[in-house]
Amino acid sequence: MEDKLLLALLQKNARMKITDLAAALDDSKDNIIERLTELEKEKVICGYHTIVNWDRTNTEIVTALIEINAIPERDFGYDRIASHIYKFDEVDTLYLLSGSFEFMAIVKGRTMQEVAHFVASKLACIDGVNGTSTFFMLKQYKNNGVVLIEDEDGKNDRLVVTP
Amino acid sequence: MDYEKLLSDHARKIKPSGIRKFFDLASQMEDVISLGVGEPDFTTPWAIREAAIYSIEKGKTFYTANQGLLELREEICHYYDRRFGVQYDPKDHCIITVGGSEGIDLAFRALLNPGDEMIILDPGYVAYTPGVELAGAVPVVIHLTEENEFKLTPEQLKEAITPKTKAILINFPSNPTGGFMTKEDYEKIVPIIKESGIIVISDEIYAELSYEEEFCSAAAFDEIKDQVIIVSGFSKAFAMTGWRLGYLLANPVLTKAMVKIHQYVIMSAPTPAQYGALEGLKSCEHEVEKMRDSYKVRRNFLVKAFNDMGLETFKPKGAFYVFPCIRSTGLTSNEFCEKLLEDQKVACVPGTAFGEAGEGFIRVSYAYSIEELKQATQKIAVFVKKYQ
Repeated sequence: MEDKLLLALLQKNARMKITDLAAALDDSKDNIIERLTELEKEKVICGYHTIVNWDRTNTEIVTALIEINAIPERDFGYDRIASHIYKFDEVDTLYLLSGSFEFMAIVKGRTMQEVAHFVASKLACIDGVNGTSTFFMLKQYKNNGVVLIEDEDGKNDRLVVTP
Repeated sequence: MDYEKLLSDHARKIKPSGIRKFFDLASQMEDVISLGVGEPDFTTPWAIREAAIYSIEKGKTFYTANQGLLELREEICHYYDRRFGVQYDPKDHCIITVGGSEGIDLAFRALLNPGDEMIILDPGYVAYTPGVELAGAVPVVIHLTEENEFKLTPEQLKEAITPKTKAILINFPSNPTGGFMTKEDYEKIVPIIKESGIIVISDEIYAELSYEEEFCSAAAFDEIKDQVIIVSGFSKAFAMTGWRLGYLLANPVLTKAMVKIHQYVIMSAPTPAQYGALEGLKSCEHEVEKMRDSYKVRRNFLVKAFNDMGLETFKPKGAFYVFPCIRSTGLTSNEFCEKLLEDQKVACVPGTAFGEAGEGFIRVSYAYSIEELKQATQKIAVFVKKYQ
């Protein structure tokens, strides 16, 4: 069984049944379960989440991208500061980047005020953080490879039978 | 006025495609689940579409050279060398055609005289036999068998060659069977081809869709390379069926003759499509790989589904079709497909649409998502149960 194929199938549909995975990968159900358990342990598979387009629900949700400037620490580099950032529930995603700032955090909250308050009172106050810029997200077009808006592109106009 | 009388003998005698008949039946019904399509379900990669749009914006709307854009021919030759280890000179070994279909027609017309024999493999793609007939030649059919995994054997080839044989057309990986010829399989027939001096028209349109083993081109054998005309294109690997863009690779004498016909009947292949294909070769190999991986898991899924329902199905090593044997149901291929369509609204194509040797089989395409394949095979299983 090729991990690449197994992971690609799950990335496309995390709800795919073990029986179908076994058929698609030409292997036994037991082997699939065993390999999945290993991949989960190795943190190759980090979850089976759902991509939700909150814009289409009644739920109020605000997302912001936050550039964070930080100073590295002896013995730790950026890792200790990172852990102080990502431990906050409000931080959905955190990357260390090359370029003019160090971290990019994706922060979620119910309102803009809530996010702004979090940045000012928590993020900006972490030792080693010496500046932030906040960018509020206005519209989501594509997330994790999935186009979230109406788009005719995927529509398939193939004829019913062709040679 | 009887317009029938005005038709040429060719046009009158040529049989309509068996696929056409089935298409008419299926399109009259609503909510049909089809596994009858011979084209990818992926939309052309955006990079290719964007490059073609950009070429139009830049005003690249004129004819190209008859043979096609030199830059594209160069990329094709690099690509064939890089992927399949066969070298050609873009200047006089390559023609850009309107789909692989035009390539096949050019090869037939450049080679065949009335009375010449052309060996065709059955089951095979629907256009080969009529193409030979349109060129005024005689198709000589070899029946491929499931027990040989629909490969061409040296015995069959030897038996089919006569003093009148001009050429053979092969297509591996094959539509409709998914049959595949490995390097070892070719090694058995190459000496026969060499000795007989016949031309091999090798339709390699499914080359990129080879799953377990590496694709082997018929032109990869130096001793017969000059006898081989490669026909290929962008439709299957790059999901570009509607763009109608293909190419031919052959020795300069054959190329020159085929360019002569091409320049009068086509002039040059569509320019925007050529720019799109150029981008495809330059930057879309990872997309091709992604699609190949996707077909591979769908194939596994489908082969298991058919074997589980009691229809013996061998696992094809290439293309995107499986060819289950339906003899255990007691139905003919045609009956099976018609009844399946009536009963479960699932469309597959009878094996006989691809020649007599397709009797007892159906062609099932896996250019569909696993969810679609699952839904369709569940219905086919219900149908099959009634006949077992």
